[in-house]
Amino acid sequence: MTKNVIEVEGLTKVFNKGFVAVDHVSFSVKEGEIFGFLGPNGAGKTTTMNMLITVLKPTEGRASVLGYDVVRQASMVRKVIGVVPQEYTADEDLTGYENIMLCADLYGIPKDVAKKRALELLELVELTPFKDKRVETYSGGMRRRLELACGLINTPKVLFLDEPTLGLDVQTRAAIWEYIKRLKEEYGMTLFMTTHYLEEADALCDRIAIIDHGKIVAIGSPSELKESLGGDIITISIKEDDDVSELIRSVDNVKEVKKEKGFYRIKAESGEVTAPIIIEVLRKKGYTVTRLSLTEPTLNEVYLEYTGKSMRDTEESREAFVSHRITLRRARSK
Amino acid sequence: MSEYHPSMLRGLLALTNRELKKWVKEPIILLMAIIQPIIWMGLLGKAMNLNAIFSANSLSNLNIPDIKIPEYDIVVPSSLIKQKLLEAFEGIGANIMQNVFGVTDYFSYMSVGMISMIIMFTTMFSGMSMVWDRRLGFLDKVLSTPVPRSAIIFSKVLNATLRSMFQATIILALALVLGLKISPMFSPLNLLGIYAAIFLLSTGLSSLFLALALRSTRHEMQMAIVNLVNMPLMFASNIFFPTSMMPEWLQAIANVNPVSYLTDAIRQLTILPLNISTLVMDFAYLGAFAAALSAIGITLSWRYLTK
Repeated sequence: MTKNVIEVEGLTKVFNKGFVAVDHVSFSVKEGEIFGFLGPNGAGKTTTMNMLITVLKPTEGRASVLGYDVVRQASMVRKVIGVVPQEYTADEDLTGYENIMLCADLYGIPKDVAKKRALELLELVELTPFKDKRVETYSGGMRRRLELACGLINTPKVLFLDEPTLGLDVQTRAAIWEYIKRLKEEYGMTLFMTTHYLEEADALCDRIAIIDHGKIVAIGSPSELKESLGGDIITISIKEDDDVSELIRSVDNVKEVKKEKGFYRIKAESGEVTAPIIIEVLRKKGYTVTRLSLTEPTLNEVYLEYTGKSMRDTEESREAFVSHRITLRRARSK
Repeated sequence: MSEYHPSMLRGLLALTNRELKKWVKEPIILLMAIIQPIIWMGLLGKAMNLNAIFSANSLSNLNIPDIKIPEYDIVVPSSLIKQKLLEAFEGIGANIMQNVFGVTDYFSYMSVGMISMIIMFTTMFSGMSMVWDRRLGFLDKVLSTPVPRSAIIFSKVLNATLRSMFQATIILALALVLGLKISPMFSPLNLLGIYAAIFLLSTGLSSLFLALALRSTRHEMQMAIVNLVNMPLMFASNIFFPTSMMPEWLQAIANVNPVSYLTDAIRQLTILPLNISTLVMDFAYLGAFAAALSAIGITLSWRYLTK
């Protein structure tokens, strides 16, 4: 039986102005899995993570990491977790190596152990040639890798990653994904990450919680979530103006038909078998199918289904906005 | 793996080291900060030549009529009166200066005050780095590590204090070059006393401004606070003028202003004849100020660093 590394029950955070950022969230993360928190900006992802890493105090509810309560045993939690924040927190005026050693000092890791480990980690994230250069000169991808190395200095059992690829280009993103996968596969580490990139959640996470307006609206593995939509999406257009919704609905396996401007959006099980049948039925009634497409559901459809909208930006606090801007600027530097 | 022992000292040194590296790498900022006191010292300190103002020269165009005493048929000519007056006023400037300022030249008096001024400037801005650390996410990152919370605020206090001492040294050296007249009783031991006094005030003041910045996310707010308290703290003290010359209400403020105690302590240790009992009083006050405010700083950092 795999044990739960993170357990969260009814976790709530209400900020001073009465804004409910996280609203009675409950979930658990199993040992050795990558658990993703997916949602738009301002949905409460970072707030939830900040409560788990003991930086924010929950207003209500409880959470534990490796059995330690995040409020009462905060100092124990801090020892066993690693954190890779959304922002680039490495000090610009220090070198990469100095930054990692600073983190090591904060954890109280003995100097000799820390030195060895810092060099290993720099090797792991392929920053060895740049270790004595000031972080100021690093590109966004290098900074992100350095953050990752800092987060691993205490060989944490659980690693928390907040938007690990925010603002990075496609290649760098793929490289970061590789490191994250290696951590899970080679070190059996448990990872908790937040993201607002659907493809990132799809590619990396064993399980995903979709969060919107501070509430978890769906939880499960990416394939479970896609299956929960109940099948594939067929879109079809016909030459005639008549409404054929009822006719399509009579076909076996068709679950839902929506008439939209100029086309029908059909949800059906085993789309590749059902689609030809629909065409056949329409032809018999004398309709001409002019266009057809078949898509397997992606997380985007899942997301649409549960939140009722695509990814969108919501209002952010000024603080969050500024730090977001700084992060993006640094990510794009060089 | 949880054999690691995050300690106060280790964390404090690591975080202070980070701050120190920052200013070593940007020495320009450090030098910019001392320009203002240097301008005060060089311009005001030199221009306000009180000794010259209270001198016989200031009376040179006095218009004195002849004094006639008809009963005795005596006429005292104005030139004689003037001559006698000028003789009487000879050295009066030095006398006034000695009685009011304790030294005969204003430059020596105010240039010591500039050491207090640079310490005020340096410590007041210590809160800014806290705001930036919060904004850049560095603070949250540090908060997620097991480092003791008090190490976070103390590293900033220590940084401001070391910076103050360094800048004070430069100001003192420059003042000597520009004509600060050190008392003949000065000994290297006095220098230790000066640093001790600077240490105490810097610790107290930077704890105060850091405590104010603990929850702040806007550096504009910090700027506003600094601007608000800067002038009052400077003028309601003995940096420029002795408190004895002030109206009572201002004296009352200046006498609780810790800056006055630092300035007085440094003056006693550099230019004035040492008065042990007031020096002990100065140190006691500065010590109490440092202890009280750093205690407040730690208490607040425990409570407010985690929101």
